Amino acid sequence: MLKLVEATKIYRVGTFGGRELHAVSGVSFEVKDGEVVSLIGESGSGKSTIGKMILRLVSMSGGTISLDGTDVSTLKGESLKEYYRKVQGVFQDPFSSYNPIFKADRIFQVIHDEFYPAVDAQVWNEKVEKTLKDVGLNPEQVLNKFPHQLSGGQLQRFLIARALLLDIKFLVADEIISMLDASTRIDVLNLLADLKKRGLSILFITHDLSLANYISERAVILYRGCVAEMGVTEKIFQSPRHPYTQMLMASVPRLDQKWDQRINVESRSAPAGHPDGCVYFDRCPLAFEKCRQRPVPVEIESDHFVACWKVSEAHA
Amino acid sequence: MGLQVENLTIYYQTLRGDVRALENATFKIDGGEIMGLAGESGCGKTTLGHSLIFLAPPMKYVSGRVTLHDAEVPIWDMEKMNEFRFREISIIPQYAMNAMNPIRKIGKMTEELLRAKKVDFKAILPELKRRLDLVKLPHEVLDMYPIELSGGMKQRMVMVLSTLLNPSLLIADEITSALDVASQKAVAEMLVEFRDQECCNSALVITHDISILYQIADSILIMYAGQLAEKASTETIIHSPRHPYTKLLISSLPEIGVKYSEKQLTGIPGKPPLLLDPPTGCRFRDRCPVAFAKCAEVPPFVEIERDHFVACWKETGPDA
Repeated sequence: MLKLVEATKIYRVGTFGGRELHAVSGVSFEVKDGEVVSLIGESGSGKSTIGKMILRLVSMSGGTISLDGTDVSTLKGESLKEYYRKVQGVFQDPFSSYNPIFKADRIFQVIHDEFYPAVDAQVWNEKVEKTLKDVGLNPEQVLNKFPHQLSGGQLQRFLIARALLLDIKFLVADEIISMLDASTRIDVLNLLADLKKRGLSILFITHDLSLANYISERAVILYRGCVAEMGVTEKIFQSPRHPYTQMLMASVPRLDQKWDQRINVESRSAPAGHPDGCVYFDRCPLAFEKCRQRPVPVEIESDHFVACWKVSEAHA
Repeated sequence: MGLQVENLTIYYQTLRGDVRALENATFKIDGGEIMGLAGESGCGKTTLGHSLIFLAPPMKYVSGRVTLHDAEVPIWDMEKMNEFRFREISIIPQYAMNAMNPIRKIGKMTEELLRAKKVDFKAILPELKRRLDLVKLPHEVLDMYPIELSGGMKQRMVMVLSTLLNPSLLIADEITSALDVASQKAVAEMLVEFRDQECCNSALVITHDISILYQIADSILIMYAGQLAEKASTETIIHSPRHPYTKLLISSLPEIGVKYSEKQLTGIPGKPPLLLDPPTGCRFRDRCPVAFAKCAEVPPFVEIERDHFVACWKETGPDA
């Protein structure tokens, strides 16, 4: 189980780093074993930063991330390498994840040399072929090729296969579908769902609500680095309670119904929110005096948390 | 009336030969119609849109004819097209976020743009302000630099600029793809509003996101590998498509409410052919579940019902 407690990331920005940018502020949630959790947010909401913190690609400014009770930020040297045996990431752009002057299957060789030097080359090649079949590729067609000779979907599956070779327990999938074409993206999504059946936990980072709904059991809605709403996917999608989530759900283009013209998604020009207040303050149609303080997530029904004073007051 | 395109064929010149990006496109857009143009990346949809306004090398005009309100549009002539660009045919480019000059205030840039087209800025200023109100931008943006605007605001500003001279045809190239869902909805609805207010007569909306088209388009044209596959009203394309590619494409889209645990969607096996040396006949043949011997010939794009065009032998051939 991967657990985030009050995870925070503050970037120093501006000339001489004089200002602070709160990319992620006090985010807590957990991903149980064999569970797919979607992390949903628009650009700049801090969703990728959370993924990178889990993968130890950026340092944390506060809070803790722990895997099965071990604090991730304390890992060094050998123990960090052990961590990467269990936790791996796949990112948005499959084309820039490869070095174009080497053949694409070099990534498997690197895993062999780094993590399994004792394994015989023959045995390893068989394992690579088996894993490629698991991700739905034909080894004969894809091995021994350069990245430009493979399609985006094939490269993305290569990266997933690379992660699987390590017998990982946790996969951070950061917008892995968005660069793929409509006719092939659903196959990669189905592949993730199959992996889940084999006990893999997945953090599925996306801005596309319908993809998140398709694959995940639980969802976390982020807005400007704070959790707005989280819980069981059905509850969030069918009865969203946070004003931001409601606005999001109303704006998703659907194929079964037209947009409701009455819901206004424009940002309202209100006085800027208090720096310690609710991050949604200046766009929220329901904002009132209490929203100048940061709301805390409240469990309004089992496994459905909402961080909004209006909702928690109505609930209390 | 409206836009009429006949047998338009556009190739890209490369060192290894011609890339046949668009072949024999024939369709029309009626006055007041918003037509969506959808397909996977590399299917030729952007080529089609750009060829109507700025046919620059390596794009090469091969054949075909374009008329707008029954007047010939000389798309092959870069010089002559200057009379049409902006006035008759206008575009909101894919890079709308970076389309404005970063070192000019937006008002100043607009003035220079209009001067190049010999339009008096002062005379058009009240209309410009009305348009800004329409897209809910404050008038102060004219005194701001593009960097001071957010992505969605820049997109709206470019929309206002592109339609300022009331073009007959507005081409919108992937205008929603870089925006988050809330801004997507706002921009898409404004496009419809512009048409309703007659800021543009008809529009060609190029996107890969069919669910956006379902919200705003009157009709949808589906392309595959440089050829037109199907064109019909939005309702027909979404709910009763006839071309196998359209059927598979629509059924592979995850919708809100569909879950893997309940209903498993499938993609289309295989990948589109390379257009440098495309296969003969129907280009979808290799991936098509119903392909048969006849598909070795190119299927014609014919009207099987009123305003419903399909290029598939199964639908139009002798055994259909």
